[in-house]
Amino acid sequence: MAEADDRTFLGLSDVSISEDIPVEGEITVPMASHSQDEDYSTLDEPVKETIIRDLKAVGKKFVHVMYPKKSNALLRDWDLWGPLVLCVSLALMLQGGSADSKEDGGPQFAEVFVIIWFGAVVITLNSKLLGGTISFFQSLCVLGYCVLPLTVAMLVCRLVLLAGMGPINFLIRLIVVIAMFAWSTLASTAFLADSQPPNRKALAVYPIFLFYFVISWMILTFTPH
Amino acid sequence: MAAADDLKFEEFGDAANLLPAPPDATAVTIEEPSQKPPAPRGLPRGPGREEDEELLSHSDSDKTELLAGQKRSSPFWTFEYYQTFFDVDTYQVFDRIKGSVLPVPGRNFVRLYIRSNPDLYGPFWICATLVFAIAISGNLSNFLIHLGDKTFHYVPEFRKVSIAATAIYAYAWLVPLGLWGFLLWRNSRVMSIVSYSFLEIVCVYGYSLFIYIPTAVLWIIPQKAVRWVLVTVALGLSGSVLVMTFWPAVRDDSRRIAIATIVTIVLLHTLLSVGCLAYFFDAPELDYPPVVTPTTTQKQTAASVKAG
Repeated sequence: MAEADDRTFLGLSDVSISEDIPVEGEITVPMASHSQDEDYSTLDEPVKETIIRDLKAVGKKFVHVMYPKKSNALLRDWDLWGPLVLCVSLALMLQGGSADSKEDGGPQFAEVFVIIWFGAVVITLNSKLLGGTISFFQSLCVLGYCVLPLTVAMLVCRLVLLAGMGPINFLIRLIVVIAMFAWSTLASTAFLADSQPPNRKALAVYPIFLFYFVISWMILTFTPH
Repeated sequence: MAAADDLKFEEFGDAANLLPAPPDATAVTIEEPSQKPPAPRGLPRGPGREEDEELLSHSDSDKTELLAGQKRSSPFWTFEYYQTFFDVDTYQVFDRIKGSVLPVPGRNFVRLYIRSNPDLYGPFWICATLVFAIAISGNLSNFLIHLGDKTFHYVPEFRKVSIAATAIYAYAWLVPLGLWGFLLWRNSRVMSIVSYSFLEIVCVYGYSLFIYIPTAVLWIIPQKAVRWVLVTVALGLSGSVLVMTFWPAVRDDSRRIAIATIVTIVLLHTLLSVGCLAYFFDAPELDYPPVVTPTTTQKQTAASVKAG
């Protein structure tokens, strides 16, 4: 007869079962959080609820970017909806600059898209290769969400440019873009710097600085047709 | 490097088999980085897995200190293999940059700074910074040159970024490839004391391009004399780093081939800097004379001479 208790795991060395007795039972791993999820299935809820829940999560992350504190919301529940929306809106706003295809104009939609996503992937790979402990998609999520201040700057620039061009105009745009660039870099550094080994922090932060600098340059040099 | 493969450390795999253990006992095996299955990069990891990664990277760096020069023991399809190319600290990168800008006469950049720990961080990010520095400075300089010109319509010229990227990355990776192949071929004929691995050559070329970043920023000044002085200074400093690195590798060869190699290295370096200056930066105001009355009066006198 089996002396092993059903509720405690003593290892196979303690169990001796004769061959003609079938062994049967249940193996359950008691984890409270999972059982709660199993009771609440999200499959039957109305679509509106699902969408609103996701929108609330994205909105909460936007707020976290604008007021960067040491919180884990961006890192723990990463999603890529926010970065996609920001990237598409930034790329769309950078259009309409020079419709003249003969001259060298501003960046095309595909170029902005590729720069943002390819740049974020390269920075993430760089930080992982240097020995960072952050996961791939968490880093993409943080870098994408921190484009939000620069998207706001682009919006402001387009509104300011409606008043015509001139040196004062340019000065306002310069100040706004510089401020938003600093905000983006500081926000993403606040989230990402802790995951790097301490003697390589500068090596991991510099590419982030370069990334947002290039995006700021694209925003600043936007000239309407 | 064939020598490193022959002396590859196989200790942990063999030791586990050699441990005296009864066959029935449960054996706990700690997986080594070389035997770990390729880590899937795309999945989000929980906190437990991140601790494992951290332990592995620490054990990698411990191994590195013990086996300097023989550390690439992971197969090339694992992530840890590529982590060995980024095993540098901040102060090491700064030291290497300093060494590329201030060449010490007689000392070899590779022996002094790299010391069989070549990294890919420096070459890659210095090239990326240089691409954007040249494109942005060129754009700014053209804008400042044509500032008073009413007929000039400013465009950001974003196409030039891709051209700059192609040129600089091709120079920083293809020229070392050619040079490494050439040195390998000559080493099979002539036994020389000094031979470099491909990564060390890429490292030297990458770090030698650093001086062009401040040079590109200073090229915004629209004076021809200033620009040519800058070109000469930058070429002198980075060229001397390259020459001092590669002269020991070719000096045992026949004189003509050695001189030809060094001349080719310097020539390609010159071509890169002068080419970038010519393509991305418009010539300053000497070629774009402002519209003033002396030219119009000259045309009038010329017309009157022709008529008369």
